Amino acid sequence: MKTFQYLLLLAFLGILLAAVVDLPPRGDLAAPAHQTVNLVGTPVAGAYYIMHAYADTKTPNMVTVILADYRSLDTLGEVIVVFVGGIACFFILNVRRRVP
Amino acid sequence: MTPNPEKETAPSCVEEGMKSPTESPIIHVACRGIAPCILLIGIYVFFHGHYSPGGGFQGGVLLAAGILLLRLALGPGLSQNIMPTWITLRLSAVGALIFAGTGLLTVIFGGKYLDYHYLHLLWPWLEPAWLRYYGILLVEVGVTMTVMTTLVAIYDDLLGC
Amino acid sequence: MHWVVEFLLFVILVVAAVVGLSVRNLLAAVVTLNVFTFMTAAVMVSLGAVDVAFTEAVVGAGAVGVFSIIAVFMTTRKSRD
Repeated sequence: MKTFQYLLLLAFLGILLAAVVDLPPRGDLAAPAHQTVNLVGTPVAGAYYIMHAYADTKTPNMVTVILADYRSLDTLGEVIVVFVGGIACFFILNVRRRVP
Repeated sequence: MTPNPEKETAPSCVEEGMKSPTESPIIHVACRGIAPCILLIGIYVFFHGHYSPGGGFQGGVLLAAGILLLRLALGPGLSQNIMPTWITLRLSAVGALIFAGTGLLTVIFGGKYLDYHYLHLLWPWLEPAWLRYYGILLVEVGVTMTVMTTLVAIYDDLLGC
Repeated sequence: MHWVVEFLLFVILVVAAVVGLSVRNLLAAVVTLNVFTFMTAAVMVSLGAVDVAFTEAVVGAGAVGVFSIIAVFMTTRKSRD
């Protein structure tokens, strides 16, 4: 059983290495992620954000604009998840009454 | 916590040890000196999130780290002044309500959910771009409050105080 | 020169992961987990994603470390297996 686990891990390592080797180099302008138009022909969202972020919001930090403006519904879900985690900890860990 | 017979018979009552403040005066003085600096850095990260890496989540976690350092060093009793235990979950709910209320405000003003263009009834003299700027700031306030107070609330729940 | 720094970071990353999985003292495991998280943040900085690195460093080294240490103190100090 132990050897089977190690063989499985080695196979997974081989898959990962084969996937990493074919990646384009970092900052490559010809990479598909850095084009304005996809391979299919639809526009890429990242290029739109980079071109329009400062003009839309006067905010130099692009990441904040994407997190809090373009994708603000995702951030709302994130905040709800944190809040629900706090509520769950309150109800699970506080079986005894909280001392005022 | 549920009454666990194994935990009752365990020789080391660690919970009491975590509740009581540490005896060493060096830790006391060092933590009381470092904690305001951490809080100041947290506030800087939060308000400078428009211009540099940072923002609501990171600033909230840094503020919570400053308060948790005081909780660890001084014990929960002495550090109630900076943030009482009863207020934590209430402030967390208020932060989530600020976030959702901003979106609801834009709906009431006639736009889509969280479309900050329609906040112009709040600040009629601002351009649309600056409206989005202040909308982002409003949202980040809610994120910071929720994250900071939830982390402190989880810590207080873990120690049962 | 750049790849040397990155290679060193990855070596520390892998060593910290292996040590954190194999050490018996759970407090040492938590500290090694913090080292692992901080090295992840450094790798992110070397990749150019400063925001992700900031979040990783703050959450991984701050919040997760504190909560794990409290959990270790409230349960048991040594690992049984």
